Amino acid sequence: MKVKDLLKEENFRIIAGEEGIEKELQGVYIGDLLSWVMAHLQENEAWITIQSHVNVIAVGVLNDAACILLAEGASLDEDAKKKANEENLAVIETNLTAYELAVKVNKLMKENE
Amino acid sequence: MKLMSAINLEFVVAKEDFSKAGEASSSIKKTLKKLGIDSKIIRKVAIVTYEAEMNIVIHSIGGKIMVDIDTEKIKIQAIDQGPGIEDTEKAMEVGFSTATQKVRELGFGAGMGLPNIKKNSDNFEISSEINKYTKIESLIYVNP
Repeated sequence: MKVKDLLKEENFRIIAGEEGIEKELQGVYIGDLLSWVMAHLQENEAWITIQSHVNVIAVGVLNDAACILLAEGASLDEDAKKKANEENLAVIETNLTAYELAVKVNKLMKENE
Repeated sequence: MKLMSAINLEFVVAKEDFSKAGEASSSIKKTLKKLGIDSKIIRKVAIVTYEAEMNIVIHSIGGKIMVDIDTEKIKIQAIDQGPGIEDTEKAMEVGFSTATQKVRELGFGAGMGLPNIKKNSDNFEISSEINKYTKIESLIYVNP
């Protein structure tokens, strides 16, 4: 499936990096400790986190994440939005918990197989 | 990969500049992509440079990252101007960190940086002198 397929869900609001929605999405990684994420997030995975500062975009870009999914109403600061737009990395805001988000993405991946 | 002459990159990394943190690593990654280096190797270099860059931002008073690329290997050196690490062996332990609470809240300070660098290097060296410098050198072979 593609990142844009997530946006059909009403709870998913794209807040930056709109140009990146054509990317392939092939899995999910959840984590808020950046060094762990750096070591384990794989290419084309959606990264679920509550971290919302500019360095999160760098970690997402360096790991070729499909997109960043912000859980539990976390939002991006302006620096981070600007960077996500520059790097074409889609950032999507939701009110769901990390668990609910992962379950939802898994369901969507199966439907879009 | 096509034959190429050595390429040398150098980036100045400022202390506590979180707004620019990651830019050196991103730039290095883009260069390696353009050179057609294997994506698995690029991933290793990205992890090493990112962790080294964040270490300089979080822990040092400033430093630089140098990357030398040739057809066989990629050499990454990160050197800062202090304050130095008292016990480099301790600093290499997974989970050991001297990061402040403020920095930890941003998701840093997991005590994974140096172990991540070592794990992704084919050869790794660290040296440090109090009030002078910390230097890490990581070697990654292009065709392992």
